[in-house]
Amino acid sequence: MNTEMVKPRIAVHKFSSCDGCQLAFLNAGPALLELAELTDIVYFAEAGSLEREVEIDIAFVEGSISTPQDLTRIKAIRENSAYLITIGACATTGGLQGLRNLYASNTRDWTGAIYARPEFIETLDESQPVSSHVKVDLELWGCPVSTQQIMTALRALLFGVTPGDDRDKICMECKRRHNVCVLITKAAPCMGPVTRTGCGAICPAYGRDCYACYGPAENINAEALATCFEGLGLLPQDIARRFHFINCNAPNFKQAGTIWRNKS
Amino acid sequence: MTRGTLLNLPHAALGSLLAVLRQQGYNCIGPVVRDGAIVYRRVHHVSDLPYGWHDEQMPGTYRLERSNSPRAFSWAVGPEALKPLNFASGETLWRAERNHEGQIQFEETLPAAQPTAVIGVRACDLAALQLQDQHFLDGPYRDPYYAARREQLFLVAVHCTHPADTCFCASTGDGPQAEYGFDIEMYESEAGFLVAPGSAAGEAIVGELQLSKSNDSQRAIAEEEVRQAARKQTRTLPSQNLRDKLLASLDHPHWQEVAKRCLSCGNCSSVCPTCFCHTEHDNPALDGRTTEHVREWSSCFTAEHGDISGKPIRVQTHLRYRQWLTHKLGSWHDQYGRSGCVGCGRCITWCPVGIDITKEAAAIYEAQLS
Ligand code: SF4
Ligand code: SF4
Ligand code: SF4
Ligand code: SF4
Repeated sequence: MNTEMVKPRIAVHKFSSCDGCQLAFLNAGPALLELAELTDIVYFAEAGSLEREVEIDIAFVEGSISTPQDLTRIKAIRENSAYLITIGACATTGGLQGLRNLYASNTRDWTGAIYARPEFIETLDESQPVSSHVKVDLELWGCPVSTQQIMTALRALLFGVTPGDDRDKICMECKRRHNVCVLITKAAPCMGPVTRTGCGAICPAYGRDCYACYGPAENINAEALATCFEGLGLLPQDIARRFHFINCNAPNFKQAGTIWRNKS
Repeated sequence: MTRGTLLNLPHAALGSLLAVLRQQGYNCIGPVVRDGAIVYRRVHHVSDLPYGWHDEQMPGTYRLERSNSPRAFSWAVGPEALKPLNFASGETLWRAERNHEGQIQFEETLPAAQPTAVIGVRACDLAALQLQDQHFLDGPYRDPYYAARREQLFLVAVHCTHPADTCFCASTGDGPQAEYGFDIEMYESEAGFLVAPGSAAGEAIVGELQLSKSNDSQRAIAEEEVRQAARKQTRTLPSQNLRDKLLASLDHPHWQEVAKRCLSCGNCSSVCPTCFCHTEHDNPALDGRTTEHVREWSSCFTAEHGDISGKPIRVQTHLRYRQWLTHKLGSWHDQYGRSGCVGCGRCITWCPVGIDITKEAAAIYEAQLS
């Protein structure tokens, strides 16, 4: 590559999240050094703040928008960033903490139930995906995202091409890995048939059912899978929980889970 | 070649067959119980074979049970056929590197395949192998990756005596008796095996074993057991050639009906021993200097499969299921002179929602007649 080229400036931001997705950078090993050569890392929440308010080329955003401060900050970041990528379930769908959107009729009720002094809690009513508030250029799904997803997207951007978006079902990857299907042999309620690939079908490779941490794949039939789970002996509330989990606010998971929650 | 005299190989002597194969340099692969299913894996010792194991298969269900039967081959096909041994589920086709002068250099990555003997191959899988050979080896574009592995295969067929509820090879004309494509054929009974070579390579192996000849009544009993296996099968396809019916039914409402149940997950085509679709992509290294061009199994149930110059032509599930069925049982006749289904039943067992190709084909076929 042309070494004369100006290095793109990148930033990694954190919102409401567990910091796990940022580890995809920190665990990258030698690739992280490579990245530091190829780009100018101007801000990285987990690794200690560098500069924060400057113009950048590629912003990675981890975490959901769940406080008024989050809201102000994500708008500022968007204004300063040429290309914005959400990393992980929280930033992309609102995350596990988005369960509160489904189960709390009133935010005050549950802050009151949990905290001794709820008046100090300042929060939005919902935990929302970044895309609810600003334009997102690329979504990287997963809980957490993998180093490979991030590096593949970055490499494509460095080449000046649009990063690919693999939305196939986990089952495709599962069969390529020669896993024996746990749904067929053990009646395990595997979410693979509705879940987006990207993890490499890790859970079925260890004999357990996928729990959809990568969110919905393209063209899913959630109702048919839910009916299949019912046939495997799951109760309606258990079926609802398969969908109302890490990516509970992805619209088609939300809808499928709600249908079965209402049956219970 | 004409069928040879059947020779007696007692159960206790099966190890000597493996030993001879190994002596001749073959890596032995055979059925083993792994993760609740019978799959082909490396066999180190005859005791790795699934003695006494039986499978119970139904649409969307597979379970194993064990008895004290002395047989090692009383099961119907598991999730994987011979397909992954030849058509790799994922492999690098070439590498490229940009040198310091900026020139791109390509490096070939043909597999270094080892001679491999597969023990316990079924008739349906041999029929499927012939179709995959037609696809990958015949015609002007021979696939060198497939060929490198295929040329090293030595196949020991065991005629099927235990079809599953999902099997229908008798209806497609592909089993349960293996008729071609093997190097050695074997019938299994309580007492042991009746063995005959099916190729010159097979003759060389069997010749090493010093086996006694069987008699006519032994052959008759063995053949009758395989005929019984055919009679046990309950599923059938309405015809061995459904091409015209299916292609005349593209607007049939039944496609929509299947789509209500179908997950569009692609498990059926992944387990199907004849499906050959793949996708290709590049994996450039982060530094941008090297890249690998990778081929992976794909399926007509993915969006990308119907992506023509950036335009998706099969967005909805009914169009994808229709593609699968009209290719497999329809246009396959135009391409390869027969249907693409060998009746192994895998797509029925390994479909999470138990969609049954024989029932769906019949629904379209019967509606056409009326
Ligand atoms: S184990 Fe799960 S992901 Fe794998 S094929 Fe079965 S349903 Fe799909
Ligand atoms: S279509 Fe189904 S039954 Fe026919 S060969 Fe393929 S997997 Fe076997
Ligand atoms: S188009 Fe579908 S049915 Fe035909 S070979 Fe490809 S995956 Fe199999
Ligand atoms: S027929 Fe079954 S295995 Fe095939 S795509 Fe539909 S749900 Fe998946």
